[in-house]
Amino acid sequence: MRRKGVSYAKYGYIFSIPFVLAFLVFQLYPIAYTTIIGFTDLKGLGKTDFSFYPDIFRNFKLILSNPTFIESLGNTALIWIINFVPQIILALLLTAWFTNRRLNIKGQGAFKVMLYMPNIITAATIAILFNALFGYPMGPINDVLVKLGILDGPYYFLQNKWAARGIVAFIQFWMWYGYTMIILIAGVLGINPSLFEAAEIDGATGTQTFFHVTLPSLRTILLYVLVTSMIGGLNMFDIPKLLNLGGPDNATLTSSVFIYNQAFSGSYLYNRAAAASLVMFVIIAILSGVLFYIMRDRDKVKLKKQKKALIKAEKMTARKGAAL
Amino acid sequence: MRKEESTVGLTISRTIVYIICVFFALLSLFPFVIMFVNSTRSTYEIQQHAISLIPSRFFVDNLQILLGKSFNPLIGFKNSLIISTGATLCATYFSSLTAYGLMAYDWRLRQPFFTFIMFVLMLPLQVAGIGFYQFMYRLGWTNNLLPLILPAIANPAMVFFMRQYLLATLSLDIVDSARIDGAGEFYTFNRIVIPLMVPAIATQAIFTFVFNWNQLFMPLVLLTNSDKYTMPIMVSLLRGDIYKTEYGSVYLGLAATVLPLFIIYFLLSRYIIAGVALGGVKE
Repeated sequence: MRRKGVSYAKYGYIFSIPFVLAFLVFQLYPIAYTTIIGFTDLKGLGKTDFSFYPDIFRNFKLILSNPTFIESLGNTALIWIINFVPQIILALLLTAWFTNRRLNIKGQGAFKVMLYMPNIITAATIAILFNALFGYPMGPINDVLVKLGILDGPYYFLQNKWAARGIVAFIQFWMWYGYTMIILIAGVLGINPSLFEAAEIDGATGTQTFFHVTLPSLRTILLYVLVTSMIGGLNMFDIPKLLNLGGPDNATLTSSVFIYNQAFSGSYLYNRAAAASLVMFVIIAILSGVLFYIMRDRDKVKLKKQKKALIKAEKMTARKGAAL
Repeated sequence: MRKEESTVGLTISRTIVYIICVFFALLSLFPFVIMFVNSTRSTYEIQQHAISLIPSRFFVDNLQILLGKSFNPLIGFKNSLIISTGATLCATYFSSLTAYGLMAYDWRLRQPFFTFIMFVLMLPLQVAGIGFYQFMYRLGWTNNLLPLILPAIANPAMVFFMRQYLLATLSLDIVDSARIDGAGEFYTFNRIVIPLMVPAIATQAIFTFVFNWNQLFMPLVLLTNSDKYTMPIMVSLLRGDIYKTEYGSVYLGLAATVLPLFIIYFLLSRYIIAGVALGGVKE
């Protein structure tokens, strides 16, 4: 691709300008600004002036010793785990079934369309819909449970801490397992078919093939699903905010709802909210880093080490040869 | 003998799988069925039996109550449409432009710039909300739709996707022959490259549109004037006290926000599912 005469290189720069500008203005600057606010006294509706605290880490100290913030971190983690464990198990199970050639499940397209559907519906709408479904004393869920004789009388689900957390986690699960499943199926379809053929010839059962061929090959995609789900889960806002306003008794108060409440209600503590955001930023960064480290391709690392050792050995022999 | 047994076993497991799949498919649909049916029933009927599969005849009454208060679906629809369309156009056009710049030209910072985009991809941007709000407040851009549209210009994930697409499909010979015919670089991009990218742009456009349509956090923070409310903000009003006892209207309001998404989804579901699958296989 050697072009003579006119150089077109400058267009590479020109075509990148909009991206770079938008990134600097709308992403980098707000991140830097949030960081700065985290060290200042900026609070109060409509305030924009600020000065740094003499005790520069004051907001961070206050946030980290705020029991409600700590509770919100616990809630966020808890709700994410209660949603993610069943989500990944169901998604893997459905993936195993849908890609099993012996089972040969028909109508997969229609099933995928149905199972993925909740994912595209506005989360705000779903939160309020579930608030109505679990209504007390006369919501549809209570109606069914009482009619079936499972409950003696209507139960106020959204007033029970664990029931409320469970409902938030269920909504997350229900909105996202279809997405996870489609991604995993795509991952399985991307695996070299000769691996499955070899397993079949070796007489592996469906379960053996799944655990020894499919799962190890899906490692990168599982990492992708885990990290994206975790970052999404740590930023969970719409559903806990609108299902039950973080209640009862802060049981569904996630860290994003906490940050929102700090900054945009009560005494408009932008500085405290910014500090809490930065704490979240650090938590997300650390968790992603740890996950990447755990899920890194161990075989590749091993192979690299072996290669290095081999090269070293070669050099040694070469040197010895030269010395001789 | 063994073969027969395994056929029986296979039939049994197949039946179990179908039952489970049908169960989850119904679970996806069930809340929305209740919602649509209850939107036609009166509050009294819902209080008697909250679940019914038979629509009633109170649709118009519910609609009057719904619209008689602060919920205005037309304003929400208009604002959400402006934001989602604007953001989708910005994101698809400029991501294609950046991707083309990365792919078609040999420039010194090409590789560093690509590495930079991959780094930006990892930044959890949601945590920058406070700074973004303060910045917009100082600019006087609250109650303005632009801060919800313009940031879409820098979408690293889409640049990555478009670059992969271009690498796989675009032959630079076409670009060269356009040059020989005297076409400028921008003309070539707009008239030759963009049309070739339509399949990739369409896939990405659907997701960007739906994503922006469903956004709650930033619009809720920035838009305080009820003329500027988006659909999700309108929905959040249904949670308020003024609709507390109007069950039928609440269901109708929810249905009004779901219906457009249902139409888009069931018309384009094939492409949407394919697009989701594509998004995951980027290694």
